[in-house]
Amino acid sequence: MIRSFLLAGVACAALAAPAMAQTIAITNARIEPVSGPAIPSGTIVLKDGKIAALGAGIAPPAGATVIDAKGGVVTPGLIAPSSNLTASEISGVRETRDDGTGSALSAAFDIAYSVNPASAMIGLARDGGITASAVTPVLSGAGGGAHEHADDGVVEDMTAGAAGAGDPPLFGGQAAFVRLQAGDTDLVEGSRLAVTVSLGESGARAAGGSRGASIVLIKSALEDARAFARNRAAFEQGATREFGLSRLDLTALVPVVQGKTPLLVRVHRASDIRLALKLAADEKIRIILEGAEEGWVVAPEIAKAGVPVILDSQADLPESFETIGSRLDNAARLHAAGVTVAINGSRDFNNLRQERLNAGLAVANGLPYAAGLASVTLAPAKIWGQADRIGSLEVGKTADVVLWTGDPLETTSWADKVFIGGVEQPRDSRQTQLRDRYAAPDNGLPPAYR
Amino acid sequence: MTGWRYTAAAVGVLALGLTACATTTGTGSKPGAAAAAKPVEKVEAKPLPKGLDGAASTGFPSTYAPLPSRPTAFVGATILTATGQQIDNGVVVVSGGKITAIGGPGTAVPADTAVVDAKGKWITPGIIDAHSHLGVYPSPGVSARSDGNEATDPNTAQVWSEHSVWPQDPGFNRARAGGVTTLQILPGSANLFGGRSVTLKNVPSLTMQGMKFPGAPYGLKMACGENPKRVYGGKGRSPSTAMGNVAGFRKAWIDAADYTRKWDDYRAKVQKGEKADAPKRDLQLDTLSGVLKGEILVQNHCYRADEEAVMIDIAREFGYKITMFHHAIESYKIGALLAKEDICSATWASWTGFKMESLDGIDANAALLWKAGACVVIHSDDPIMTQRLNQEAAIAMTAGNRLGYGISRAEAIKWITANPAKAMGIGDKTGSIEPGKAADLVLWSRDPFSVYAQAEQVYVDGALTYDRHDPKYQPKSDFELGQTGQGAFN
Repeated sequence: MIRSFLLAGVACAALAAPAMAQTIAITNARIEPVSGPAIPSGTIVLKDGKIAALGAGIAPPAGATVIDAKGGVVTPGLIAPSSNLTASEISGVRETRDDGTGSALSAAFDIAYSVNPASAMIGLARDGGITASAVTPVLSGAGGGAHEHADDGVVEDMTAGAAGAGDPPLFGGQAAFVRLQAGDTDLVEGSRLAVTVSLGESGARAAGGSRGASIVLIKSALEDARAFARNRAAFEQGATREFGLSRLDLTALVPVVQGKTPLLVRVHRASDIRLALKLAADEKIRIILEGAEEGWVVAPEIAKAGVPVILDSQADLPESFETIGSRLDNAARLHAAGVTVAINGSRDFNNLRQERLNAGLAVANGLPYAAGLASVTLAPAKIWGQADRIGSLEVGKTADVVLWTGDPLETTSWADKVFIGGVEQPRDSRQTQLRDRYAAPDNGLPPAYR
Repeated sequence: MTGWRYTAAAVGVLALGLTACATTTGTGSKPGAAAAAKPVEKVEAKPLPKGLDGAASTGFPSTYAPLPSRPTAFVGATILTATGQQIDNGVVVVSGGKITAIGGPGTAVPADTAVVDAKGKWITPGIIDAHSHLGVYPSPGVSARSDGNEATDPNTAQVWSEHSVWPQDPGFNRARAGGVTTLQILPGSANLFGGRSVTLKNVPSLTMQGMKFPGAPYGLKMACGENPKRVYGGKGRSPSTAMGNVAGFRKAWIDAADYTRKWDDYRAKVQKGEKADAPKRDLQLDTLSGVLKGEILVQNHCYRADEEAVMIDIAREFGYKITMFHHAIESYKIGALLAKEDICSATWASWTGFKMESLDGIDANAALLWKAGACVVIHSDDPIMTQRLNQEAAIAMTAGNRLGYGISRAEAIKWITANPAKAMGIGDKTGSIEPGKAADLVLWSRDPFSVYAQAEQVYVDGALTYDRHDPKYQPKSDFELGQTGQGAFN
């Protein structure tokens, strides 16, 4: 976690170089550990990049920098459960999109190689209290997210490989996980953490046009991966039957069929969710559901299968024929059934900071507050296998911590201080610099001089 | 302009400065004509055949009638009037579809008035979304219902968004549950001139005409920037560049000015009893001419500050006014100019960087404009965001308060009520809580700027149109019957 502090100072002279991890005590704070009950007024101590202590009666250690929270709220850093942050800069500029691939690769596409630690959108996300993100590939030609009629122009898919490249591949590729510490040249915490696949309309498009084809092809691919894993030597000698996927794609699917790596299944309609659950049971693989607008219809089945869900709590429109049953209390109903729910911000419009408000919206529609907080912290950490280090405030965990001016799920609050690995992060971003330039008083010269 | 009535719309478009009857009864009877040395040939005053005279067009008149209502007093709420006031423990009295009284706890409640105990709740004017594609890009978003962009020519000023509105769009019901009582439905931005907008009352209706806001002026959707040049450049046509966009605008305005002159000449001759040939009616030029006459409001999609400045110069060259820039993500850079020109800016609070022209979007756009004294509108352009414009306004307000601007709720509420009403030409009818205004009201469960706030009841012209706690007032689209969820969404 602290591997790169020295490097950071060297690499980023142009940015505000992060300080070394000092010992910091945040006092007079409402502390929301997420893993346990809130501490109405207490102190949290960050030391050597980790959480050293937290509680009501904690005295700041000698020599610690003391920050008086004045009643502000301390939470774990927020985690984006599934985004394109660092892999896509401007969704409408194809050259800046590395979050999907063309038909050359399928499951093997590795988004970890797309991560740009200098992305100008990182500062924006961090300013919204986001300290980590799962970075997940999208299918080219299948759209990046829900709101396709953005700015009411004619919609054009800008993911790589979309233009004239034919049908998208069956699998989107492999997901990564990044932390957003300023000045680090390597943000990737983990790669090849899941393989993405779509069912329903997008999946049908990738499989030649119909739902009936997509499950058959997915099952066939998994069977091929098993055969490939059993006898790679035979494959190398050309002594196996013909496989439907390339060596690279099969290699990427081996950990999936071995149950080590989940499939991230993008799916919407209740019947397609049932198909996903059955696929997982039949193939003995792990899955994560993303989307799941009609998840509430099959909530007990999802809970019984122990499958977590990543969703957008704003989805309440029949925007397509596979989201007819969308409703605002989807998160609440899934949670009540016992499903682990993570809540996404907007994948589009660089609006990841919407995720905490989406959690608030879910709370307004029946999700218990504690589950709302967990949906943007501990739940995504668990889903992505990071919960041993981040996602909650516990002694010994990495000090990814945010101090908020008020309720972190509320519109009128903002992140006052953000710590990653115990280091206070710069609060500026390209957006705040633009703001400050034009908020500054006129000095008689063009703004370019400000 | 504000007293302009829909049924007189077509008349106003072409006949400003002349009376409507002048074309039919004011001809051939000038006493001076007969006394002239060489008598002018007598011309018979015949009206043009049906449909050839835009001034005589019947159009597509509103058939909107308010739902049933009764005199009601809301007592005890915190009221944001959108005139700059916050009234604690206030009273709003509504009768005959209008607001009849507003004030503090002492406000008199007339006899025979139903009393709604609103203690602990908040009341605001109905939310107005100045940029919506509900009905024209409805749910479900399938190509058979993709009716928002007539992307066949850079100038389609002849199309009217109202002819694409599908009143069964389930999005209208969702928006109403978010407090939206009035919407401006715009054509898309594929074209330089996308066509006419229409303003709708957000009530369930079998027909578009049944939603049409009586007396609201039309808008003209214009689009600068990336969309038109991408769409037509991609087809090997003009415009393919920003300069091509501007040439396209100017050519159209030249044609419109010429058309306006021809009709004015024709009507002047007819009025004088002279022989005259009517120009052929042209739907595209009818709309553009309506802008030049000041009767159709320009709603101009334009992200970048430098392009806004160019659009302002085009408007000066041809003598029309830009009412509002939409998606005006960079307006904060030229707040003083926009304040001086009295042009509103409609913006999202938090979308940024999704295309080159949106790269400089900042959360504080609205706040910086407000500080500069310019007109701010928060819009959605989105069937999801329209349901929570209150939250979007809260994000924009908070971005300003983070800078220490001290923007109050009483101010920020205007961004989604009074200001869009003004920019849609209906500011004298709705958008604020004042005696005489339409009783378009939202009763919120709590501070509407909170993420946890919910619209509990929504009133349009004094009639309850949505009630979160009463299934009888939760209308469903025909489309949703017999489908998963039966149209229930909360």
